[in-house]
Amino acid sequence: MTLPATVAELVRDFRANGRIVIVGASLAGLRAAEALRDEGFTGSLTIIGDEPHEPYDRPPLSKQVLKGWVPADHTQLPRLRAVDAQWRLGVAATGLDRATRQVRLADGEHIPYDRLLIATGTRARQWPNPTEAALEGVYTLRSRDDAARLQQALAARPSRVLIIGAGFIGSEMASVCRELDIPVTVAERGSAPLVGALGGVIGKIAAEMQRDHGVDLRCGVGVSSLEGDASGHVRRARLSDGTTIEADVVVASLGSIRNVEWLEGSGLAAGFWGIGCDAGGRAFDINGVVTDTVYVAGDVARQPHVLYEYQFLAMEHWDNAVLGAEVAAHNMVNLDPDYYPYLLLPSFWSGQFGVNIKSVGVPPFGDEIVFTQGSVKERRFAAAYGRRGRIVAAVTFNNGKWLEHYARLIEQSAPFPPPPPGWDQPEDMNPMPAEFPAPGVPTAIPDVVLTGHDPSERRAEFRPRRR
Amino acid sequence: MQIVVDLNRCQAYAQCVFLAPEDFRLSGDEALTYEPNPDDARRLQIQRAAAACPVQAIVIDRLDGAERSVTS
Repeated sequence: MTLPATVAELVRDFRANGRIVIVGASLAGLRAAEALRDEGFTGSLTIIGDEPHEPYDRPPLSKQVLKGWVPADHTQLPRLRAVDAQWRLGVAATGLDRATRQVRLADGEHIPYDRLLIATGTRARQWPNPTEAALEGVYTLRSRDDAARLQQALAARPSRVLIIGAGFIGSEMASVCRELDIPVTVAERGSAPLVGALGGVIGKIAAEMQRDHGVDLRCGVGVSSLEGDASGHVRRARLSDGTTIEADVVVASLGSIRNVEWLEGSGLAAGFWGIGCDAGGRAFDINGVVTDTVYVAGDVARQPHVLYEYQFLAMEHWDNAVLGAEVAAHNMVNLDPDYYPYLLLPSFWSGQFGVNIKSVGVPPFGDEIVFTQGSVKERRFAAAYGRRGRIVAAVTFNNGKWLEHYARLIEQSAPFPPPPPGWDQPEDMNPMPAEFPAPGVPTAIPDVVLTGHDPSERRAEFRPRRR
Repeated sequence: MQIVVDLNRCQAYAQCVFLAPEDFRLSGDEALTYEPNPDDARRLQIQRAAAACPVQAIVIDRLDGAERSVTS
């Protein structure tokens, strides 16, 4: 048998008899399972998830679920096809042994794999003081159960809600509070809402939007402590500027933490920003060598992107979970030269205060911004982000139909400022600094992050010099 | 029935809002919200809404209940 024929036979055999384990039963895990079956994988498939629920969709949680229109348990994801998998739900993966190719579960069981997909995502960062975090009335929002609890608290008409952190989720929650006519204070350490993801120019518009809708927005302040009453229910918060806020519901919206702790000792390149992998989803080990058996997809992946100087991107976006899962699944059952690369242009949306905010590209990669269409005053506009004379991202407020136009420009690294399309031009079309916070300035962490190496990590094995 | 709308794709043409007003709503001019678990009695309306979407952003469950079931 020739070598290519042998390799083709190996691939066929793996597709028929291989064992694939997916850790993570949310959007990325489910779409990967479906894609594997679409790719013709007929071997055994196991899906492990720490939550007891079938895969569900998270974006509605901070919007229609919190508002009380849609019950939290209505958010199950539609299935694109049957996956014929062993589901292990409600049990977390606690360890990975790459030498014996086994995933350890919290119940003590070991699940063997030939190929593994890690899609463990993120969890909400909790309020850092555990005693204060345990007060009744203090919430975070990430899971369906979180959303159900917080929705109940809002339905009970609290006298005031305090939201700590004005990233996208925090801002969406503030919007829901105002729609329900509940008084709400938002405390943000940065200079404006959304400043980490979209910069200070857009942040200023977001701040005006919040205040116009009656949000008591406090920027440039932190929350120093939370205080409860005798029955252990939160009553007030002390801010870093010395003021206090009386609130009976407090939501910590402090960004997310990547679920990588279970990989400790596995020798994978796992850390604060997630698990490093190549553009095709193959995980790196701690030395930066790509593995052939372990793949990564979704929020927990960080991978180089051709449009952004091959810097590693960590993206907490719906799109990224879907396409990352499809690419990883394809590559898990193929070999070079049939690998798919990962060529997603990052994009996201956020509905808040009656405005649809959409973005494409990586805004924090840019340092300039220019308004190209519409009217800032009417909160209906498009703006482009540039770096060194090239367009790298765009954002629209109630102007989403134009986003694809900008996506094409970004894909081509077209000149910045881009020629404005159409007639609907803003008054001021001069580029200006986009005002992203300097690295290290505390703010809500943006949900696309350009990640460097972690300087505290020194686990690599350096090759001894030969004499 | 379960549905999901790819809101990256959605451009607020709002055909779904006209065809299935109980399950699709606009907040402001452009921000779509929806019921991910519409009543089965409205299946036809939902299917029409999905078919009418100019950017085909509405994904409908392709499995029946038996195939969905998960074993723990």
